[in-house]
Parts: sequence; C-alpha cells; structure tokens
Amino acid sequence: MDINTGKRPYSPSVLVLFALWLFSVIILPLAGCGQTATPAAPLSTDVILATTTSTQDTGLLDDLIPIFEAQSGYKVKPVAVGTGQALAMGERGEADVLLTHAPDAEKPLVDSGAVINYRLVMHNDFIIVGPADDPAGVKKAAGLEDAFRAIAASGAPFVSRGDDSGTHKKELSLWKAAGAVPKGQPWYTESGTGMGQTLTIANEKQAYTLTDRGTYLAYMDKLDLRTVREGDAALLNIYHVMQVNPEKFPKVNAKGAEAFVEFMVAPETQKRIGAFGVERYGSPLFIPDAGSDESELGG
Amino acid sequence: MQLLWEGLKESIVLLFSGDREMLEIFWLSLKVAASAMAFGAALGLPLGVFLGVSNFRGRQALLSLANASMGLPPTVVGLWVALFLWRSGPLGDLRLIYTPWAIIVAEVILTTPILVALTAAATQAKRENLHEFLMSLGVNRFQYVRLLLREIRVSLLAAIIAGFGRVFSEVGAAMMVGGNIKGETRTLTTAIVLEVSKGAFDRALALSFILLAVSLSITALLTHVQQRFG
Repeated sequence: MDINTGKRPYSPSVLVLFALWLFSVIILPLAGCGQTATPAAPLSTDVILATTTSTQDTGLLDDLIPIFEAQSGYKVKPVAVGTGQALAMGERGEADVLLTHAPDAEKPLVDSGAVINYRLVMHNDFIIVGPADDPAGVKKAAGLEDAFRAIAASGAPFVSRGDDSGTHKKELSLWKAAGAVPKGQPWYTESGTGMGQTLTIANEKQAYTLTDRGTYLAYMDKLDLRTVREGDAALLNIYHVMQVNPEKFPKVNAKGAEAFVEFMVAPETQKRIGAFGVERYGSPLFIPDAGSDESELGG
Repeated sequence: MQLLWEGLKESIVLLFSGDREMLEIFWLSLKVAASAMAFGAALGLPLGVFLGVSNFRGRQALLSLANASMGLPPTVVGLWVALFLWRSGPLGDLRLIYTPWAIIVAEVILTTPILVALTAAATQAKRENLHEFLMSLGVNRFQYVRLLLREIRVSLLAAIIAGFGRVFSEVGAAMMVGGNIKGETRTLTTAIVLEVSKGAFDRALALSFILLAVSLSITALLTHVQQRFG
C-alpha cells in the first residue's frame, strides 16, 4: 500500500478514466454529429436490399451495385441472408427491395400484396454433388425423383442446408416429389450453415448434397466431390427481384426500390449478368431472363 | 499447413499494398471497438466502483446481474438489439439498424457487464482494509475514492483489456445488427465469415492474421500501461 505516493495530485488510473470520459463525452458526440448529419439523407437515398447469400458469395452484387449507385445516386445496403429470412424481412417491411430464389415461397408475398413489381431476373441451376464412386448410384437413376429415392434407399450420407434458405426449400420440395422422408434418418445431416460451409461438411463426410452451381464452381478445387446429377427442369434456380409494397409499409424507400428493380431487368444489366463469371470459371454463373416467361425456362 | 503459410503471406501483402477495402474494414473495426469501449468504460467503470464501495439493498442483485451478463451470448444481444432497431421496432425511427452505431450499441451491452463485474470485484477486495485505515487518517470521501482507484488501477486495466477482447472479437451481433455491408458495417470478424462462405480461405486467413496482430498489439499496449503504472 503506497499511501505516501498516493498524495500525488492525479494518479494514472484517474487520468485514464478522465481520458476515457473525455473521449466518450466530447469526442464521440462530435463524431456522432458527422453521422447524424447523414441520416437526413438516408431517408431517401438508402435502399436496403435483402438478398440471398449466393448473390453475395459469387461476387455478383459487388459487380452490379456500384454501377447502380453511380447511375441512380441511391446507396444500396445489401443484407445477405437466407431466402427465408430475406422474405421475412420483406413481409415485415424491414427491407425495401428483395432479390431471392424461391418462387414457391415468394408467391404468398406477391398474393398478399406485401411485395409488388415482381420481376424475373435470371436463373442458374442446382446440381447434386457426391463422392466420385457414387455409392448410391445416382448417376444411373432414370429421373430426378429416382435419384433422390436411390440416395434414401442406399442410406448414403446426405448433408442438407437445414437453414430455410432457397436451396434448402428446393431440396425439401425434391424429397417430397420423390416421396421420401429424410428428416430424422441417421444418414441425413442438417448443417444449418451456408452453401460453402455445407459443401465443406459434405466433402469431409463424403456425402451427397444439393448445391447451386455457382457456389460449387467457386469451391470446386477444394472439394473431392463430383457432379452426379444436373440438367433437370426441376433443378432450375430462379431469381426474382421485387419491391416491398410502400402502401403497406410507409417507411420503405419506394422510389429507390423501384429504381433497383428497373435496374436489375434493364438490358445493359442483363448483359452484364450474362457475362459475369465467364472470365473466372469459363462459363456464366447466371443466365439473364428478364422479360422471358418463367414456365418456358430450361426448355 | 500450406494454407496457413499462404494466408500469412497474403496478410502481409494486404496490409502493405494499401488495399482500400482492407483499410476500410480495418478502420471500421478499430473505430467500432474504440467507441464501444469508450461508452462501455464510461458506463461500466463508475458503476463498478460504486457497486464495489456501496452497501444498499439490491446491490447483490445488481452484482449477480453483471456477473451473469459477462457470458451473454452475442447472438442473443444481436437479436434483441435488432428487434428494437428494426423499422417496425420501438427505436426504428432512429434508423440505426445496419449502421456502425447499431454494432456499437450491441457491443456496449456486451462489454459493460464485464467492466462492471471486474471493477466491482477489484474495488470490493481493496475497500475493507483501506477504508478504516484511510478514515483514521482523516481523508474525506473524495480522497478516499481517489486512493481506492489508485489501489485498483491494475485491475481496472485488466477489466478494460477483457472488455476490449470481447468487443474486438465479436462477430454474431455485428453480423445481425450491422448486416456485414461492404464499406459500411463490414468489420474484420464479419469479413472473415464472408470470405469463408465464399470459399476464399486464403483471404479469410489473411484477415484472421491481421485481426490477431491488431488484437495482440492493443492488448500489449494496454498491458504495458498496466505494468508501467501498476
């Protein structure tokens, strides 16, 4: 106990406290003023885009958004979550515009009027990947449904996203179509993570999984998994853009959202989408579809 | 192992090439952590000292709350803060969601309990033997608290180091309330999550080395201050 030195006017701890206090009371509110000066603008210029992880993970958003921002003057805030969460954000008016890939789950939002200006943007496809020796014989299966039944019958491991994402929704609909109930089976694992992580887990377990082609291409050289099924019409992965209905949610940025929808379906943007990924993977990651009829895709 | 080495090399390239995106992420992480620590310390340290020296009903309940909250899961805090800050939430009109301020709010909630609990424990440990002695010397209340603070300065810095570790390494809440938006709310930790999900393991590793290096330097600096004046 150093009572003698304690007579010094200011001990270091008091100084440290004082400095912290000064910082928080004087400097931060000043910095905050700089911040609060902007919120006046965000009311009209910030556009919150709720989208799926695949558009971010492939780098498509990083490619398109700067162009939109330069053209329109709006500032896009892309929040990349699973399609389930993105749609839920739209349903609650937490986002201004949505870019998702689960038409069956999107339909109720269109019907209820939660979203408007629902437009087809692009598609790519899902593929089934699995171990090179294909223990379940998926390659030999006649149809897509037979392929899923073959996996269920063989008991070969299968890793599911299990996160209510667009890919997960698609996978569940395919099991349903095949008349199989995988949930609770010992060979069926739900990863609860994104596509990249799920592919890594499937690789470690040498399991089958359903993936979008883009993420698989990005991961391919790290994986010992092969494409065992592709090309079926039911494996199409269709992306729509839509704006959240401003009449239902007065706080949404309707003009900015509309501008983003129009941007996504504009001819120049569509051309850019069609060229995206060619340089790196040798083939495009997405096929632009604006203006076409959804029912004719994959024909 | 090859990957680790590649990541280390990449981190050095990233740091010194002046990659703009990298610098933005780096600065944002530092700014968010520093702001959260400043607010957390302004709230937590005085409250901790107060809880340490005082005797009142409910004091133990508050201490238990602080102790229990040291382990608050960041995702829980993130979810709750998001509920409040969403457009449909009670504070939605502040438009803080998906801004750095949202992350700061969440991190202040995460770090303050650590600062309160550790400060209170240190204060309490010293007050018993100091109080009578100092009072017998005839010091007044203010002098007493000042001398007490001097006695616990090492512990105060330990609390700050622990609190800083919490905010700088946090990812769950930052992801949820910040949204990992490029150029705005992308911090070192959320950027690592993104790079991993992209399959860019080398870049993720590079970022992790940078995160560790920064965290280590700041902790070393704080430890130096602690030992120098302790």
